[in-house]
Amino acid sequence: MIALAAGAAAVLYLVAVTVDRRPWPVARTACWLLGWGCLAGALTGPLAASHMDLHAHMAGHLLLGMVAPLALALARPVTLLLRVLPVGAVRRVSRVLRTGPVHVLTDPFVATGLNVAGTWLLYRTGLLMAAAHSPGLHLLVSVHVLLTGWLATAAVLALEPLPHRRGVVARAVALAAGMAAHDVLAKSLYAAPPTGFSGAAAGAQLMYNGGTVVHLAVAALLWRQWYVSRGAVRAATVPA
Amino acid sequence: MTAPQTVPGSRRRVVVSGLLLGAGAMGAVDEIVFHQLLHWHHFYDRASGAAGLVSDGLLHAATWSATVAGLALLADVRRRQAFSAGTWWGAMLLGAGGFQTWDGVVDHKVLRVHQVRYGVDLTGYDLLWTGGGVLLALVGALLLWRGRTRPAP
Repeated sequence: MIALAAGAAAVLYLVAVTVDRRPWPVARTACWLLGWGCLAGALTGPLAASHMDLHAHMAGHLLLGMVAPLALALARPVTLLLRVLPVGAVRRVSRVLRTGPVHVLTDPFVATGLNVAGTWLLYRTGLLMAAAHSPGLHLLVSVHVLLTGWLATAAVLALEPLPHRRGVVARAVALAAGMAAHDVLAKSLYAAPPTGFSGAAAGAQLMYNGGTVVHLAVAALLWRQWYVSRGAVRAATVPA
Repeated sequence: MTAPQTVPGSRRRVVVSGLLLGAGAMGAVDEIVFHQLLHWHHFYDRASGAAGLVSDGLLHAATWSATVAGLALLADVRRRQAFSAGTWWGAMLLGAGGFQTWDGVVDHKVLRVHQVRYGVDLTGYDLLWTGGGVLLALVGALLLWRGRTRPAP
């Protein structure tokens, strides 16, 4: 079912890229496929099979909650959707994007807060154990991890044409705050491992180090985007 | 030597870049030297408790985020040819020394979240740590002050 959903998402995107006659960067398509590949890798195969090992669990969690969201955000699906939909539908979608709830949810601080809160709930309550024993709950939690991670990454990078966009400093601060919460949680898992799981020390360190790498990659992309846009502004305003 | 362009706010950007990179570099030095090379500090110290976990996580995230932001600002001032080495090094040392002093005074002594080293008399280590921080900050402030009072061409 997971492989089916990932496959459907991949096919829809490829159809949209083919239907639209204007060029679409290959890197974005590659990111989209990579993102769904990460999801499939996290939820099927050996990583998914070792439920009670926190080290393997954390490898899957990094793929699902951090690498896949980054790749999917870089693929800019909303931009692609707005390019291929007919004019009337584009207007309806833009109207939805301008509504209050979307505005609130795509605020980098709200989106990061949701992501952090979900992760803390998962690891510091009985939810982790409950999900390890119930395939349905596990699927639900996994979808939530993917979606909140995706939302937070997309809100920080702000690559899609959303009407309300915060400045680079606010987005960098939201990212750093999320990173701090992630670091503290990883260390707390090392200090007080969840009962019933093996490999907690290795899992906590993987969460800490892997989280640092992906967070820094997002920060680098965010500041690169600022650097490029500053260059464009200066080229337009300062005479040579 | 070409005179720096007088783009408004460029000196401020050089200073902010130096401060961020200084604090970030000090955080990296702490992690590489004391955690990885000397093994005086550990991923988690049983002694440090909840405040230590929170402060470690915050400092780790803040210093690495500062490093990335500082590099971007540095690239931008270099591109505008508004880079001034004296100002930047001054701010860098002030940032590094300020961070080190903060770590030595607030984290080690006030909150007592962790120590420079365990199982030894700390007086010398603390004096070196915090004194070194104050010294770096003073040298940085001096460099910055000299850069400010230099007459504009």
